[in-house]
Amino acid sequence: MAATTTTVPGTGPVAGSRSWLSGLREGDEIVRLITFLFAAFVVFLTVLLVFELWQGSVLPRHKFGFNFLRTSVWDPVNEQFGALPFIYGTVVTAAVALLIAVPLGLGAAIFLAELAPVRLSDNLEFFIDLLAAVPSVIYGLLGIFIVIPLMRQYIQPALKSTLGFLPFFQGPAYGLGFLTAGVVLAIMLLPYIISVSREVLLSVPRDQREAALALGATRWEATWKVVVPFARSGILGSIFLALARALGETMAVTMVIGNTPVISASLFSPGDSIASVIASQFKEATGDLYLQSLIELGLVLFLLTFILNGLARLLILATSERGGGMAHL
Amino acid sequence: MHASVRPAVSLNIPPTGSNAETREPATALTMSMCVSKVNFFYGSKQTLFDINLEIAANKVTALIGPSGCGKSTLLRTLNRMYETLRDARLEGEILLDGKSIFNQDVTSLRRRVGMVFQRPNPFPKSIFDNVAYGPRINGSKVPIADCVEKSLRRAALWDEVKDHLHKSAYELSGGQQQRLCIARALAVDPEVLLLDEPCSALDPISTAKIEELLVQLKEFCTIVTVTHNMQQAARVSDFTAFLLIGQLIEFSPTAQLFTTPKDPRTEAYITGRFG
Repeated sequence: MAATTTTVPGTGPVAGSRSWLSGLREGDEIVRLITFLFAAFVVFLTVLLVFELWQGSVLPRHKFGFNFLRTSVWDPVNEQFGALPFIYGTVVTAAVALLIAVPLGLGAAIFLAELAPVRLSDNLEFFIDLLAAVPSVIYGLLGIFIVIPLMRQYIQPALKSTLGFLPFFQGPAYGLGFLTAGVVLAIMLLPYIISVSREVLLSVPRDQREAALALGATRWEATWKVVVPFARSGILGSIFLALARALGETMAVTMVIGNTPVISASLFSPGDSIASVIASQFKEATGDLYLQSLIELGLVLFLLTFILNGLARLLILATSERGGGMAHL
Repeated sequence: MHASVRPAVSLNIPPTGSNAETREPATALTMSMCVSKVNFFYGSKQTLFDINLEIAANKVTALIGPSGCGKSTLLRTLNRMYETLRDARLEGEILLDGKSIFNQDVTSLRRRVGMVFQRPNPFPKSIFDNVAYGPRINGSKVPIADCVEKSLRRAALWDEVKDHLHKSAYELSGGQQQRLCIARALAVDPEVLLLDEPCSALDPISTAKIEELLVQLKEFCTIVTVTHNMQQAARVSDFTAFLLIGQLIEFSPTAQLFTTPKDPRTEAYITGRFG
């Protein structure tokens, strides 16, 4: 392949086409072309998606401009639309979900990869993969019938009486709201974090672990100070996958978040997220401005996901130690 | 520091072989480790059979033999590294300074019996942090920087890396990485250093440097090295043990084993008839 690209421009058409043809005959060029098309298709889809969202939201973009992102009034009757409460709800629920799911998921992954007997680990992995395949509406039902009552009766009152001095845990305990949405999301994220982190931990070369043990490290020291740091970029990858899922999750969130465009420091407050409001209001959106405002919300969600993922990647680069584990494999 | 605490279990020559040769070392040797009647099982398969071996302090002992003869397994019994494998079982006794290695805490044992592996396996950290890893987890009393410098000097790497200690260990060449791993092992001041085919992944020049280093390191610790390279064993070691399918065939001073082997199988191996 390298030979083809260097000879084509320099040595005249005959030699060039011959080597290109022989490349074609051997399949290399064909495979290269086909796989390139497949890869290009992904880029094309992304561009098309953004283009459609952009085109579909002409009216609100012209009418509100950047105020769409800055204002928090969502009033379909008077045709005033501001995205801020939904952006807030999306970010807050995702943050709550990650705060709960990351330590739990990483802990479970370390147990499964490092400490559990192989057979137990493999069997549990089967259940974890099963959890990842459960439709989100089922998690929504779980939220409505189990998480919400638990929240209202036990967890929120307990938080209020212990940590009630913090602004996050004040106000009436409805059961519905940011915290509940975050908890349900966390349950949904766990299988992703566990499954990917476990695979990454298992792929850390054996000699890294042995090097630490040979220096007199305990099993835990070898795991926490050598194996986990070595796997760090892969573990962060699993967290980003979870983050993307949390930002975009629709059904389960819409069932438990309360569907009220409110910005409140209290996690007990009902709220709404971008994906949730699109799903719940799209059908009843009367009028072009209303409909197109929902489409613009989709654009905002796309950009939000894009920006947060970009920041996360920068975070990896900035914090990656010299050497950086998996990056060198 | 550690030489003084060793009891003088002195023997004039390693025990294998029936006809006592006359070329015995004149001075009595101090024994660092003593392997007696070791049988090793991996699952239901026995891979070591009744091994008896005495490892002389501040000498280089080489374990040679064809692939799969059990030399690496034997090495890994000496710091109980085999315990990380499932289904591994050992019978027999191994003494370090006259005390059983099985009655002591495995982490402190491994601090006293260090190990260097076949492939250079630095941590994805800086050169400094690699060497400092052992002293840090073991709570070193001397300042870490001094310890790192001393270890890198002993591993003959200091002059090459002193100006960029905070660069990644992965930026070093393979031979330098292996010397870094030796420095990392030396940093906890082990009494015995085990090396599992330390040069098999290296080029000839790096190999020569490591071989030279092994001879120098005798001053600080006892060395046990596994090698599939007979010339290497001949060059660096004082004693050589020849293993074949899990059995210790012959254990003699190196010069003797290579010039006048007692066992016909040893002769067959060193003259290149198999392995």
